[in-house]
Amino acid sequence: MRPEWKDFVGGKWETEVDVRDFIQRNYTPYVGDDSFLEGPTEATSKLWAQVLELSNKEREAGGVLDMDTRVPSTITSHAAGYLDKELEKIVGFQTDKPFKRSLQPYGGINMAKAALTTNGYTIDPDVEKFFTVHRKTHNAGVFDAYTPEMRVCRSNHIITGLPDAYGRGRIIGDYRRVALYGVDFLIKDKEEQKATTSHTMTPDVIRDREELSEQIRALKDLKALGEIYGCDISKPASNVQEAIQAIYFGYLAAVKEQNGAAMSLGRTSTFVDCYAERDLKNGTFTEAQIQEFIDHFVMKLRLVKFARTPEYNALFSGDPTWVTESIGGVGVDGRPLVTKSSFRYLHTLHNMGTAPEPNMTVLWSTRLPANFKKFCAKVSIETSSVQYENDDLMRVTHGDDYAIACCVSSMRVGKEMQFFGARANLAKCLLYAINGGVDEMTGVQVGPKYRPVEGDYLDYDDVMDKYTAMMKWLAEVYVNTLNVIHYMHDKYCYEKVQMALHDRKVKRYFATGIAGLSVVADSLSAIKYAKVKVVRNDVEITKKVKNPQTAKSELKVIGTAKNVITDYEVEGDFPKYGNNDDRVDQIAVEIVHKFMGMVRSHYTYRESVPTTSILTITSNVVYGKNTGSTPDGRKKTQPFAPGANPLHGRDTHGALASLSSVAKLPFKDAQDGISNTFSIIPGALGKEDTVFAGDLEIDLK
Amino acid sequence: MDGKIHSIETFGTVDGPGIRYVVFVQGCPMRCLYCHNPDTWQMNTGTLMTVEEILTDYEKYRPFLKGGGLTVTGGEPLMQIDFLLALFEQAKKQDIHTCIDTSGIAYNETNSAYIEKLDKLMEYTDLVMLDIKHIDPEEHQKLCSQPNEPILKFAKYLEKKQVPVWIRHVVVPGITDKEMYLRRLGSFLGELTNLKALDVLPYHTMGAVKYENLGMEYPLKGIPALDKADAVKARGIILEELHKKRKELHLEK
Repeated sequence: MRPEWKDFVGGKWETEVDVRDFIQRNYTPYVGDDSFLEGPTEATSKLWAQVLELSNKEREAGGVLDMDTRVPSTITSHAAGYLDKELEKIVGFQTDKPFKRSLQPYGGINMAKAALTTNGYTIDPDVEKFFTVHRKTHNAGVFDAYTPEMRVCRSNHIITGLPDAYGRGRIIGDYRRVALYGVDFLIKDKEEQKATTSHTMTPDVIRDREELSEQIRALKDLKALGEIYGCDISKPASNVQEAIQAIYFGYLAAVKEQNGAAMSLGRTSTFVDCYAERDLKNGTFTEAQIQEFIDHFVMKLRLVKFARTPEYNALFSGDPTWVTESIGGVGVDGRPLVTKSSFRYLHTLHNMGTAPEPNMTVLWSTRLPANFKKFCAKVSIETSSVQYENDDLMRVTHGDDYAIACCVSSMRVGKEMQFFGARANLAKCLLYAINGGVDEMTGVQVGPKYRPVEGDYLDYDDVMDKYTAMMKWLAEVYVNTLNVIHYMHDKYCYEKVQMALHDRKVKRYFATGIAGLSVVADSLSAIKYAKVKVVRNDVEITKKVKNPQTAKSELKVIGTAKNVITDYEVEGDFPKYGNNDDRVDQIAVEIVHKFMGMVRSHYTYRESVPTTSILTITSNVVYGKNTGSTPDGRKKTQPFAPGANPLHGRDTHGALASLSSVAKLPFKDAQDGISNTFSIIPGALGKEDTVFAGDLEIDLK
Repeated sequence: MDGKIHSIETFGTVDGPGIRYVVFVQGCPMRCLYCHNPDTWQMNTGTLMTVEEILTDYEKYRPFLKGGGLTVTGGEPLMQIDFLLALFEQAKKQDIHTCIDTSGIAYNETNSAYIEKLDKLMEYTDLVMLDIKHIDPEEHQKLCSQPNEPILKFAKYLEKKQVPVWIRHVVVPGITDKEMYLRRLGSFLGELTNLKALDVLPYHTMGAVKYENLGMEYPLKGIPALDKADAVKARGIILEELHKKRKELHLEK
């Protein structure tokens, strides 16, 4: 056994890349409480104070403190950067200093340029020219291949948020491999893979060989990144500090290379704990030191920053990086995967205060240890910064070494990845069905010219027929748009280092998504159970044109669309999604099932497996803004509900009824995840900080 | 048997132990100035629901309600005692923890038919949450437009029956926060050997919006919400007096 692995239980993982096998043989489940945890060290507090100061400066500067305008970011593009070299136990920034955002042109030079311009910076003209003339980007490739129909769908927001001008993200490298094996081992593994490809040069084999070469180069760069910071990560990590540092270098290489829509971390806490336990036993480090390493690691994750435009931030209601870390869960052998380090990761929210990133996600099972559940509840109450996902549901499909990318997308770490596909706006699709493919906001004939609804009142069967036909059309154009996007992303903006930290054979998910589900369900319910009268109007046909002077898009009137149904009058009451009422909940179930079936019927790029998600946690506002009035009484431009949530204020029977409606949606038809955003003031969850503790009891001894 | 129901809350967390399925009944004779459910006052309205409907719905949520149960609040539940009796009798057959959240105002010791029903209801009741609004009769009348005599008598009745009781008391600045009143309340509670918990709530202004929505004048306009710390302090004063009384009565050392 290699000296770095001394005291670990050996197995299959020693000879082939198998992190799960290592974890299963070496982790120590923890069922105790949180009393062992240590507070922040002086160094942690000092560094965090420095971060807060820089954050304030960044806010005062309008959201961005510094940007690179000249050096395209690569794994090794920048010299070392520090907050305070003496105090940092885990090192590494995306550029040569903290809070300086890197320049990432491979996704699209226009977006990279706009991110600079809108923040008051100017791109280096040579870089702009190079990526316009000499080096094609993902974005340029996509627009070469798009059909006019795809473009009109895009500009009318029936398909939205497409990753065609920026990095798709949602891929999780198995960064733990860097720590467990060291980079040299991984390079050797990839070289073997390359040496054993087929010799018949089909396009697929050529692509595999080219990608493997890219991966090997990226791994060599990763080693060089370590050297920039004076660390040797060619060999396995020999203690917990080195292990965390190695994981972080792997992750750092990924965010230096990709400005992805979600750059998630994986499932590292229990892996790290194997090292922490060994070091505690051997007296290498104390609890306080181990917590400090984790605190500093998390501090770095909090400081991941990308150059983005205000529109991008509006779409996501902020500047999210989605550094999701999946914590806990239960193993297939029934042992909870909760370790002391699961506590330590969550405890960073105490030691350095609450923060949205990294997105701490607890993989919840009814069989998690009670003490851990209690601790999660406590941290949630105090910080509102914990996300929960149903491990009992996902374990069935993904086993016990999967992680969440972004907010709900589950994938086996290093074995599965996904092609992120944003969302189809199903609410708008319903309006297209009613209006025969004419957009209710722009008057443009976007969808096929099917027969619009006739008469003054909507008929359920008629609308459902038309809606089914329109969804079929939408599924096809949507899937094919994504086929273009992912082909081009692989070609021009390939995730080299992240894919180097995957197995040779990767299962790819083709992740579609839907927006506006509750609006659709309520609208169809209103049509079925109440009476919905339509209001017809003429709509000015507008087109987006770029003003050459300001370089901004403006709407130009180019005609009139006659008799478009733009509003609805609902007479009478109807069952509303979110009240555990099957009359409407089953409509929602049917729509999800139907649409997923339509998506499945199409060819998907690279043998990927189609899935869908119902998860717009933040962009529901923007989607609503671009959608006209709907038959449920929602007025035009009003926000949709987030994810699979009922529309705001329509669930009147409390949380359990609301959650029960959501829980009816079939996971098998929405395997990329179903999200429900749940906000509650602590006071409504029980007696303030003593939820359910029953300490109202009087001591009557 | 039908109840006149205002609404159902499937995830009640402040209306008894654990997570509760909460039935808000319609109709209440009290007119407490700080009432945050004025929409439940009006009698002889509300949605009619049968015992079976409610308990069938309850069963949908049973896995979530482990350690919790069913709470009937309002409105004033004891104004619909026949319904309540039928509901709780059946609920106990289904092994559901039952709780009434009441003001006690409907208690009438001279009405023997009522007492008979009440006696029976108590057999099916696991917990009563009794809201004592004000210990002083005159102040109570001003605060709630009703006397507190039946309420205090109801408390004694529960003691006699040894029905477990939680007392709730809202501390409103300038109305119930006088130390004298808190001490008198503590002294009264000291005699209740069935007392299990005391919940002293700081007055909040979240109800004001409802009045606005109902087009009603909010009676306590201008009175600020009470600090949580002040409620804790008030609870301390009540408890001090409570223990004093219990020692007097040799209930504790």
